[in-house]
Amino acid sequence: MSFFSFGQSAEIDIVLNDAETRKKVEHKTEDGKKDKYFLFYDGETVSGKVNLTLKNPGKRLEHLGIKIEFIGQIELYYDRGNHHEFVSLVKDLARPGELPQSQTFDFEFMHVEKPYESYTGQNVKLRYFLRATISRRLNDICKEMDIVVHTLSTYPELNSSIKMEVGIEDCLHIEFEYNKSKYHLKDVIVGKIYFLLVRIKIKHMEIDIIKRETTGTGPNVYHENDTIAKYEIMDGAPVRGESIPIRLFLAGYELTPTMRDINKKFSVRYYLNLVLIDEEERRYFKQQEITLWRKGDIVRKSMSHQAAIASQRFEGSSSTESKMQAQAKQDGN
Amino acid sequence: MSEATVADTRRLNSKPQDLTDAYGPPSNFLEIDVFNPQTVGVGRNRYTTYEVRMRTNLPIFKLKESCVRRRYSDFEWLKNELERDSKIVVPPLPGKALKRQLPFRGDEGIFEESFIEERRQGLEQFINKIAGHPLAQNERCLHMFLQEDTIDRNYIPGKVRQ
Repeated sequence: MSFFSFGQSAEIDIVLNDAETRKKVEHKTEDGKKDKYFLFYDGETVSGKVNLTLKNPGKRLEHLGIKIEFIGQIELYYDRGNHHEFVSLVKDLARPGELPQSQTFDFEFMHVEKPYESYTGQNVKLRYFLRATISRRLNDICKEMDIVVHTLSTYPELNSSIKMEVGIEDCLHIEFEYNKSKYHLKDVIVGKIYFLLVRIKIKHMEIDIIKRETTGTGPNVYHENDTIAKYEIMDGAPVRGESIPIRLFLAGYELTPTMRDINKKFSVRYYLNLVLIDEEERRYFKQQEITLWRKGDIVRKSMSHQAAIASQRFEGSSSTESKMQAQAKQDGN
Repeated sequence: MSEATVADTRRLNSKPQDLTDAYGPPSNFLEIDVFNPQTVGVGRNRYTTYEVRMRTNLPIFKLKESCVRRRYSDFEWLKNELERDSKIVVPPLPGKALKRQLPFRGDEGIFEESFIEERRQGLEQFINKIAGHPLAQNERCLHMFLQEDTIDRNYIPGKVRQ
């Protein structure tokens, strides 16, 4: 701000038109704190008002133009100077001149393209924000307002299960299976580990969710691995023929959708790591990539179908399927 | 028609476990004892040997039971062979006790009972850790150490296949 007490200054305030009705979501900031921001989706219009309040009410504010921008940018922490803007829209609010008193300007960015999801990571940040600027000779006055964008997907057409047999020859053979390869953020990983051959003394087995953030290109590729979750699925020594079930609820963990090569700048991928630990603390592991996607919230039209599934879970499994089919037929009538 | 929004968390289908697999003998039985230390030789050429007895049902070992006598330098030989040929991090041996081999000691030096017992325990831990490692089980030197009467130091190093 200006160090001189003479001269005029102004405060800028950006207010969205739908501030009352629009949903806010929590998003992590660079220093780890969580703040709430307005949530937008791709194609939505961003409209509102810019309120300029003069600091000294009597004087006029001389300026070289007032504008508002909508920006989507990627910032690599090791290269702070270069911001890669992939969305940049400008609306001029006032031509160079004088502002005699506090004033409010309307703005509207129609059907703005927001192709990527907001992301704050270890080495990279992707953010969307509105920036209102009063240009002046010596120093500009500006105000930024961050928003959060979520990218939604629908149920993938092809979602095959992951099934593999792995092991160390003559020592340990297992067959692992995960029910899907693509999971939404509130999904459940249902799977099983089947022991075909056990000749080492296993102490316990766990499944980890690992997030890998990749930034940079060519020779400067940098991977940052973060273990988001560790979930013990077996305690004790298994024998041949045993099957250990897996049921891992993803809603409890801080996850983002899988992001592949965003604007050719970074990727965020997720892996399931199956780890077996033996009596000598040796670790045997198998890593498998999974795709995470964000499901849109849907309004539940009828509770009866859900209630039917929930009540049948406590009955014998053999009769469940036939009962569910009977219920569906009833609903159809 | 409403969509089912409750996730299906039922277990995946699995073959029921065979009772012989469930209640049969474990396929990973491996026990090695290092015991019965005996000092052989006279005067300055004395040394201590230990009995190394192995019981196992792991198919990679030819003999399911074996019993051999080994001395400390044999264990050192095994450690060096494994460090050179296998990719494992070899656990440490109990100490060489050079100070105990110097003259003018008040006690029996390396033939002191308490020292032998300490060393015996260290050797037992060492050999059990190694023999249990899947990568060490592939080495010819380990099999020769555990199951052949004498160690042929001019052997051809290599891997064992089933």
